[in-house]
Amino acid sequence: MEVNRITTQKTLGNVETKFFTFACPPEELILESGEKLGSVTLAYETYGTLNVQKSNAILVLHALSGDAHAAGLSKTDDVLGWWNDLIGPGKGIDTNRYYVICSNVLGGCRGSTGPSSVNPKTGKPYGADFPLITIGDMVKAQTRLIDHLGISKLLAVIGGSMGGMQVLQWMVAYPSRIQSAIPIATTLKHTPQQIAFNEVGRQAVMADPNWKRGNYYGEAVPAKGLAVARMIGHITYMSDASMAEKFGRRTRTEKEPFKFSADFEVEGYLHYRGDNFVKRFDANSYLYITKALDLFNILNGHRLVDVFHNLKAKVFVIAFKSDWLYPAYQAQEIVKACKLAGVNASYCEISSTYGHDAFLLETVQETQIIQDFLESVSNGNGNGAEHV
Amino acid sequence: MTKETGKIEQGLISSWINRGASVLDLGCGDGKLLTYLIEQKQIRAQGIELNEQAIHRCVAAGLSVFQEDIDTGLTEYGDKSLDYVILNQTFQQVKKPDFALQEALRVGKQVIVGFPNFCYITDRFQIFFRGRVPVTRSLPYEWYETPNLHFLSIADFNQYCKKRNVQILNSAFVTKNKKIRYQPNLFAEIGLFQLSKSTE
Repeated sequence: MEVNRITTQKTLGNVETKFFTFACPPEELILESGEKLGSVTLAYETYGTLNVQKSNAILVLHALSGDAHAAGLSKTDDVLGWWNDLIGPGKGIDTNRYYVICSNVLGGCRGSTGPSSVNPKTGKPYGADFPLITIGDMVKAQTRLIDHLGISKLLAVIGGSMGGMQVLQWMVAYPSRIQSAIPIATTLKHTPQQIAFNEVGRQAVMADPNWKRGNYYGEAVPAKGLAVARMIGHITYMSDASMAEKFGRRTRTEKEPFKFSADFEVEGYLHYRGDNFVKRFDANSYLYITKALDLFNILNGHRLVDVFHNLKAKVFVIAFKSDWLYPAYQAQEIVKACKLAGVNASYCEISSTYGHDAFLLETVQETQIIQDFLESVSNGNGNGAEHV
Repeated sequence: MTKETGKIEQGLISSWINRGASVLDLGCGDGKLLTYLIEQKQIRAQGIELNEQAIHRCVAAGLSVFQEDIDTGLTEYGDKSLDYVILNQTFQQVKKPDFALQEALRVGKQVIVGFPNFCYITDRFQIFFRGRVPVTRSLPYEWYETPNLHFLSIADFNQYCKKRNVQILNSAFVTKNKKIRYQPNLFAEIGLFQLSKSTE
């Protein structure tokens, strides 16, 4: 059975990013902060075919550094999607059966409106004039895209880390528009530790002399600061065990004649990751998105028992054993809220040594369990029934 | 822990459960019993299980299941918030059976417990004549690999219920898929109890 699942998998061919623009003045998007933003463009990709009943649509939600290109080969640069192992014909999220949508978040820099976009009022990039955005704003923008695609109810919303927060936001803000939800490696709200890591990243960006209070477009970008922020991020995405296995204390062959050169492989890896990130990511987007992560609190003054009380969707919460950035106890809080609200939920803690990165890497286990869950949802298999 | 609940035990448990009731199965394995109870009694089912593979099979069966440890308690469930809590073949495997059962009795209006009777006649023979810890159909493990942490008899359990003020509403005893009525502590491999406890 395992073998079949793997061998029937194929990668989607070339895929193209599309763009949807809405909220043109004077009908701007009203943000949670009360500020108005418009027009708004979302970059998105779709895989598979929407059925006649429009009942097979799955929205995939990306994490901090992700983008709309979740699967297949990008037409423009031949890059594979960030969740290509999970999305495709015969895969965990089977594009032969489901219509899969993934969009770049509001505030991002991969085709959607963000601080690097041109402010129509000034004709120059927004920079630090871009309004503060929240996870709620990102999801609100997604509902406009879903409307545009003619879908009233999604079969599932799926995402890990920040994508998982967006899933939770869908569960709370648009409960009647989803049939099921899979929040992965995520939390109801950031802890001080999670906020602290993000703040160090932001400070690294802002300490870079090239940052210039966010007005660096057309000039040298704060590359060093953003690279350091990304290096810190990568440390928190791995685990002690996965780093020991991947690098050990191995040293690099090409040594520079400098006392503090990157001697160890782990150092070289972090440099490489940091430098690569700068090529594809905007420093201001990093500031805005990490702030949105820190401000996210799905409870928003509500009691745990009330947060999901309207929810009829079937929920499947997934965590990973070695994830110390979004530890399993945070996923268990989500589960607890589901139980208290009588939501039909399930919870699985997948064994992995990859740390937080597991949600991108443990695709074999995710394939099996997500495939089975989606199957039971699309068959309307409500075994166990709602509202225990 | 994967376990097979015999047909007759399934039927007995089902006969004690009202149609449409809410049921939590502690140590639900791959969810066979819950699936059976959904078919027979249209219950609203939830399961708790530690084993990851068993969780996968429950998800495939469309069940609501949580990968959790019963030994840490059922804190998020309110008092008497469920119609039935089942501890079938798990009771003897948890670290603190007294705590697990009291928690089950707190959150469930009724509790159904099933366990292998350690004083079944074959067990007694093996201990008495062979001088060995019994390995039988209902206790199929060698001492060095058994998941069973506690060994109790039907008589032990009756005494426990008396001591802890647990009311036995029903009981049934099974050997080789047959009901046993005479001297169950000697002739039954498996004991099943339907229990309740009023919250003082």
